[in-house]
Formats: sequence, structure tokens, C-alpha cells
Amino acid sequence: MDRSTPPMKALYQQLILDHYKNPRNRGELEDRTVEVHMRNPTCGDEIKLQLRIEDDQIVDLKFLGDGCSISQASVSMMSTILKGKGLDEAHQVARRFTGMMHGDEEAARDSTLGNLRSLAGVAKFPVRVKCALLGFDALQEAMKKQQEEEATAGS
Amino acid sequence: MSAPTSVSRQTAGTTPLDPMRVRGDFPILEQEVHGRSLVYLDNAATSQTPTAVLDALSRYYSRDNANVHRGLHELSRRSTDGYEGARGDVARWIGATDPDEIVWTRGATEAINLVAHAWGTANLKEGDEILLTELEHHSNLVPWQMVAARTGARLRYLELDDEGRLRLDPLPEILAGGRVRLAAVGHVSNALGTINPVAEIARQVKEAGGLVLVDGAQGAAHAPVDVEALGADFYVLSGHKMCGPTGIGALWGRKELLDGMPPYQGGGEMISEVGREHSTWAALPHKFEAGTPNIAGATAMATAVQYLEGLGPERILAHEQHLVRRTLEGLKGIPGVRLFGPEDPDARAGVVSFTMETAHPHDIATILDAEGVAIRAGHHCAQLVMKRFGVPATARASFYLYNTDEDVDRLLAGLESVREIFG
Repeated sequence: MDRSTPPMKALYQQLILDHYKNPRNRGELEDRTVEVHMRNPTCGDEIKLQLRIEDDQIVDLKFLGDGCSISQASVSMMSTILKGKGLDEAHQVARRFTGMMHGDEEAARDSTLGNLRSLAGVAKFPVRVKCALLGFDALQEAMKKQQEEEATAGS
Repeated sequence: MSAPTSVSRQTAGTTPLDPMRVRGDFPILEQEVHGRSLVYLDNAATSQTPTAVLDALSRYYSRDNANVHRGLHELSRRSTDGYEGARGDVARWIGATDPDEIVWTRGATEAINLVAHAWGTANLKEGDEILLTELEHHSNLVPWQMVAARTGARLRYLELDDEGRLRLDPLPEILAGGRVRLAAVGHVSNALGTINPVAEIARQVKEAGGLVLVDGAQGAAHAPVDVEALGADFYVLSGHKMCGPTGIGALWGRKELLDGMPPYQGGGEMISEVGREHSTWAALPHKFEAGTPNIAGATAMATAVQYLEGLGPERILAHEQHLVRRTLEGLKGIPGVRLFGPEDPDARAGVVSFTMETAHPHDIATILDAEGVAIRAGHHCAQLVMKRFGVPATARASFYLYNTDEDVDRLLAGLESVREIFG
């Protein structure tokens, strides 16, 4: 008998478990232009996100992290989607994903989110939303940091 | 209010505690969570509240509510009696004799901060040492880090062996320096459940001229306490971990030490006379109780202590250790489970910390929650313990007097669900 309740199956989809067990783009990015270390102090999840951003485009990105399936699958999926994307698009994906985490059903149907849509079920588990957002928080911090550094270098 | 109830300890005898009877005293346990009957295994975080304590709170607010020590009216007399009388109950629970040595605080954390600030600032100087352990809750680390930064004192640590027990072999060498002014040691670890050899540590520290503060947040809730036998100079406890309300705790300290300490906070209640430039302090224990205190909480602590005395601390601990034994045996049969803490169930109070190879502790907690089983996952405010064992977090089941064998079985069944999902 399968005793796992339906919401558990909705939360822990195969795609999420696959990214958790076989994370994509995990490792150090040698030629990075920016790096951000994010930590969720309440639960200890952490992510080190490294990106190579050239001419407002994410040329490559990698991450290292330690945390629950939701936080690690989310950042792994994020990395596959953002590689090669422009910063504007990356911001858009981050906005849509954040919307989805706060229950925006339209965002959950947005095909630009790709695999990340499998995390839509997390919205029903408020205490886990911060896990799913950890990677995107790191992304937004990294984009801001790069922008500030470029502004300083250019002035 | 403060009638001696040591009789109840004796009549509690040695028959095992019957958790099914105890459960009837805790209305919160009679509920369903996500369609399943609640199994509450997060007692190291907070314990549930028996009807007797709920009634004491309700009785206070519906009959006796008034500010303490100021009113000359009947209600103020009643509230003052309840507030003051409960000191005797808490003192008795930890084997202290003088109720004036009990200072009410917001909890164990505030009690430690009180000592660190009041005693530490007045007594520590550069070169002095404070002895801590890797096993401490952050509440027994951070206040000492703060006072060390202010005074120039240095922090020393006792470390853990692979079973999560304090290693005492380096202690003589640490003490030989003659600089340890105070050791702050947990009675029972909230993260691993380890019952620490506090009496032995205290003996050595005191022989070397130091003082001993015991963090009893878990100890006073889960083990019999005798501050004299422990050799403690300060003992702190928390109401909500021992069937009392949140927002109330206590500091016990030796009278001569408390007398010698400057106040912690200033305000009403803690003064004797106030002038334009200077004031004089009230006598113990009020010197440390600035402002209107948590009267209802303190009053209800008398009931919480009397409730626990009726069951007997030895029986409560024996019951918890029975549940720990059952849990450890069950967990050993689940592939990929790593256990933390002493292998001997009798070396710990009711805490079992573990990880699973395939599933992160947060995922374990979420899946168990869906089955109505409440556990804690995380670093348990004991990051030094997590670092010692090289894990970011553990899952923790913690037991109390109302938990049953069936609760353990529901936990173990829930972990099978985790394995179905995570493999």
C-alpha cells in the first residue's frame, strides 16, 4: 500500500527528486565574474552561486549548495533555464517564479519557467516557499552585485 | 499556593508512568492534523500545557489579575501571593531551599543573559576565561561571547566525543591555568539528548576556584534536579519546556552571589529609593525584576511544578528513556539512517536526533507533518554540534510524558513514507 498522501506526491514530483539527486551545473565556475553566498539562517540551507555575465548576458553559471530537496532542485532547474539568457529575461523568470511561489496560477502556466513549473506545489507549503526561493534570491543578489561593480568600474 | 508537595513525589512511587492517562490532561493532543491524529514529538522545542495550568492562567485573569506589590487591595494581595508563592514551588523542583534565590525571567535565555551581563560585566577582566561546551544551545553561547567581547575574557571549550558526550579528559589542563572564572554547561543537550556529567564538571571547576552555571532548559523538564548535588552556583530553567506557559522562566543563584551582583535592568519594582542622580536597589529577588513581571506565567508555574511532581521526575525520565530505546531500535532497522548522541538510551533524556541518507531533514519533517507527526528539523540552535558531526541539520524527535509507544510507531511508519518517496 502506498501510504504517502496526495499532497506529498504533488510536492515531491519525480522531476524535483531527479534534480535533487542529480543536480545540474553543480560545481565551481572558474571564469566567473560574480559570486554570491546565500544562507537561510532559520534552516541552514545554503547556496553559493557563481555566474559569468558578459554584455548583460548570463554566459554560464554554476552552484554549490547544501540543503533540502526543494532548495537544491530549484537552483539546479534555475541554472538550466538561465544559461545563455539575457539579464532582462533572468529578471523576468525570477519575477514569474516568485509569483508562482505566492500562488499566482497564471505564472505557474508560463512556459518560460520550463521545469521550474514542477515546483508549483511548493506554494501550498508556506514554510517551504523560502527553500524554493533561495536560488532566485542568490540570483537577484548576484545580478545586483555585478551591476554595481560594473557601475563602479565605469565611473 | 506553596504547600509542600514532596509527598506526591513519594506516592508517585516506582510504577511506570501511564501515558494514556496523562494524555487526558492535555486537550491540545486530541486533534487531527492533515486528517491524522496528532503525534507531537517536538517537546524539546516546547512542551504542551495541561488543563491544570490552563485553568491556573484562566483563574488568574478571570479572578485575581492586579499588579503585584503595589496595590493595597484584595486583588493585588492575591496576585502577589500567587506570584511570590510560586518561587517556592520552582525552588523545591530543583532542590533549592530559599525562594528568594529564585528570580523570574522571560525564560532560560534571559536568565543566562542576566548572569552574563550582571555577574560577567562586574567580575570578568582581560585574561579571565569562561568555559563552555560544544554541546551548548546558542542561548548558552552567544551571551558569553558578548560579555567576552566587552570584558576581554576568553572562551574555552569542552569538546564532544563521537557519541556526543562531553570529553572531560582535557578539563584538568584547562583548569590548571587558574583562569576559568565560570563554566556554563547544559544539563541536558537539546540537540542530542545527552545528559551531561554536570556534577563532575562542577566539582573540578569549583576546586579550581570557578563558578558553575547550569543551563537547565531541558534538564529541569526532563531529569530530576538537585542544585546542591550538582554543585551549581546558578541554574536556569524555562517554563514552557516543562508544562508551563511561554514567556516565563527562572534563574536560581546562590544568595551571596546574587547579592553581590549589580542589577540587570533598571525600572520599577527593582528599586528601594529613587533620587535625581542615584537610586538604591530592592532586596533579592526583586532587584533583578524590573517592570511589571509576567504575573500570570509565574503563578501558573506553581501549578506546572505541582503537576510534574504528581507524576515524579524519575518516572518521567524513565518513560522518556523507554521511548528513546524503542525509537533507537526502530531507527536501526531503517537503511540509511544515521543516529547522533549516546548509544545508551539511559545516557540521554527524551531526544533522538538522526539523518537519512537520501532525504534532507526538512523533507523528512514535511513528509511526517503530512502524516500528523510533528518533529523538528534544523540545527536546533546548536550549530557547534552540527559542525562537530559535519551535518548542516538533523531531524529530531523529542518525547515527553504524554508520548506513547504508538507515537514512536507512527514516527517509524512515517519514515517508511519518506523512503517510498526518496528511496
